[in-house]
Amino acid sequence: MKVRLLFFASLRERAGTKSMDHEVAEGTTAGALLEELRRDLPAMAAAGRISLAVNEEYCEPGRILRAGDEIALIPPVSGGCSAQPRILER
Amino acid sequence: MIRLTDEPIRIDDLLSAAADDAAGATVLFVGMTRDHNEGRSVERLEYEAYPGMAEKELVCIAEQACEKWPVAKIAIVHRTGVVPIGEASVAIAASSAHRGDAFEAARFTIDRLKEVVPIWKKEFFEGGAIWIGDQKGKQGVWKNQGGTPTSD
Repeated sequence: MKVRLLFFASLRERAGTKSMDHEVAEGTTAGALLEELRRDLPAMAAAGRISLAVNEEYCEPGRILRAGDEIALIPPVSGGCSAQPRILER
Repeated sequence: MIRLTDEPIRIDDLLSAAADDAAGATVLFVGMTRDHNEGRSVERLEYEAYPGMAEKELVCIAEQACEKWPVAKIAIVHRTGVVPIGEASVAIAASSAHRGDAFEAARFTIDRLKEVVPIWKKEFFEGGAIWIGDQKGKQGVWKNQGGTPTSD
């Protein structure tokens, strides 16, 4: 099934594109996708810390992806702080 | 008023948006573009946002601030694109009946914004440019131990 990857900031520059379609197997988790991208995408191999958001929300590693999901690869945000983004207390 | 803009931030607009007859205090925080960072002379900054998500996260932070303190209103505006030195890149106005709560809410909002809102800053200096927070060469191994899907 197909998902949409979005790249920002340093990742966008390294990837040379803002977005691309990507084929993943049914049942793939967000965590597994991130591992796969780090292995397969040259732009990702050189990247530091990355968080993932699915359909505009930070997600857990175990989140199962669905066809058509919009997956944003999020390098450290503008605060530049070392703390990793945490799930917001909603 | 919670939004991104690619034009100069108008501080008066935030103060108007935060105005409330029940508020005895409005605290205004303005983040400015600085001409130096870590020993480098900075020429300009450029901000890039993930628009839909950035706005959602800003709304979420404002809601959290309103839950934690008796806030009357909160306004947040973040600039995107190139911002020359000495201009506002982000502004927050928080109003409350009493100043203590307004200070706390404004502080919380800017701190949280810098941790979670998907907005990135590129610093241009003499001889180069870098994305702040970007750590080249630190390849990560996925740590699947709960929390956000982050590796470092």
